[in-house]
Amino acid sequence: MNGNLREDERISIALRALYQTYGYRPYRVNRFEEYELYLRNKKFLGSERILSFSDTDGKLMALRPDITLSIVKNAREEELPLRVCYAETAYRVPHGAHGFREIMQVGVECIGQVDLYAMGEVLMLAARSLETISPNYVLDVSDMGLIAGVLGKREGHEAILAAISQKNLHGLREACAAQGIDARTQALLEALTEAGGPLEPALEQLDRLDLPEACRAPLARLRALAKVMRQTGGERIRLDLSVVNDMNYYNGLIFSGFIEGVPTSVLTGGRYDPLLMRMGHSGEAIGFAVDLSALEQSLPPQKRPDVDVLLIYGKDADAAQVARAAEAIIAGGESVRVQREGRVTCTYKRRVALGEGEAGV
Amino acid sequence: MMNVALPKGRLGEKAYALLARAGYPCPDLLSDNRRLTFEHDGVRYFLVKPSDVAIYVERGAADVGIAGKDILLEYQPDIYELLDLHMGRCRMCVAGPKDFVDDHTRALRVATKFPHIARNHFGARSREIELIPLNGSIELAPLVGLSDVIVDIVETGTTLRENGLAVLEEIVPISARLIANKASFKFKETQIRGLMEGVRRQTDARA
Repeated sequence: MNGNLREDERISIALRALYQTYGYRPYRVNRFEEYELYLRNKKFLGSERILSFSDTDGKLMALRPDITLSIVKNAREEELPLRVCYAETAYRVPHGAHGFREIMQVGVECIGQVDLYAMGEVLMLAARSLETISPNYVLDVSDMGLIAGVLGKREGHEAILAAISQKNLHGLREACAAQGIDARTQALLEALTEAGGPLEPALEQLDRLDLPEACRAPLARLRALAKVMRQTGGERIRLDLSVVNDMNYYNGLIFSGFIEGVPTSVLTGGRYDPLLMRMGHSGEAIGFAVDLSALEQSLPPQKRPDVDVLLIYGKDADAAQVARAAEAIIAGGESVRVQREGRVTCTYKRRVALGEGEAGV
Repeated sequence: MMNVALPKGRLGEKAYALLARAGYPCPDLLSDNRRLTFEHDGVRYFLVKPSDVAIYVERGAADVGIAGKDILLEYQPDIYELLDLHMGRCRMCVAGPKDFVDDHTRALRVATKFPHIARNHFGARSREIELIPLNGSIELAPLVGLSDVIVDIVETGTTLRENGLAVLEEIVPISARLIANKASFKFKETQIRGLMEGVRRQTDARA
């Protein structure tokens, strides 16, 4: 049966099965939410373009551009800790696109209590999600606390984060100069931007930097996670501190997954305690989403025929006899397209004309 | 195989000379024929319109490319910007008639090939503009009354001067950058870093 599924459908099913094995309950969210929810959190969404419409009572509604926001908003305190997985469509304008697109996402959210085990579990599930898609993957791991620890409580660090996310050292120097950042801090930021490679050795490199006290906790966290991840992924789990996101929503662990042959990241995730707090919950949260739409565009076109058998009958054929012939083919384990002689618009493995050879039931 | 997108034209020639000095030559690239792709020593080069380099790289058709900062600011591609090559230097400017005085009682008409940069620049100071997107000969717009000012790249300023125009304001300095696709960087890191280091040695030597 699975042989008839599209590759993205197969992946979606396999991923949800994986998440459910670890006790993540399937979760459905409404396709619509009040527009205001997204307006309040447009920085989290990274875009102001939201597909909105008026409900029958005049209330401004939106087709959800994001799944995490809806899950967090709808989570009730008594449901926490919550571990859910989903396969849902989001509606947004992808980077560089000119119109809204339906984006198929499969993901998990772990809300309420996130300790080292939970972080390790989510990171392991992220690695295994990528592995389900292709053995040639890379999972880049970072901790927002490291950059934040070096930067301190400065405002207006957007330009610095943007440069770090592009591994843009010359841009980082310019941004540091514009912000009046001292030479030592700048050197540390440059070193963090350049740091990378398989998780454990790369973390040892960081130990050699003279990082401020505030970086100690995030470093310890990453080291502990590296230990948890020893059984998963090996050298495919890498430290890359250029993985950054908005500090108003994300804190701590953050990660991004790539599949060879797909030009953009297919998996993004991380800790989002600040978002949880903004939505009126206390506690911790972590999650990730796999973007199946990004994947779909890079899959090779399907070359499989539409059906196994094309069953052709003449215009005078007996309908009951045609039905019997079709059933006989299906009973033999093949799929069949039944069609009167004339133009053929499907691809098939073999063609059978009723009244000839084996189909003459 | 590493795929490299180079811009056609003057910047492309400089970029090619830089790559050759950095140990990545491709003699065929200089032969003036109609071929679109060139291979040499495990590297495939292709020449594309300068404003398209970022698209080829962002979408992974090219692993690395050389693009002007103007293009990166305009299209905001999600890529790694690995090096400033310190060549193809120019400035993104607001230009207009030498004696131009802005009339704040109405929207400023701005002709440009860079609508995003223009909108950001004037938006940051809440100056209302009417954007007139053009594809070439931008300097003509204020001369024939199509616009009040233009936002464009200025290299020497000769074209502006010859037409009675002047730089009114510099928005940002521009130069060519070495860029890489984020996913390619994960899977071809050794190759991309090799090219990057070769190029860096050349640009540092000349800086």
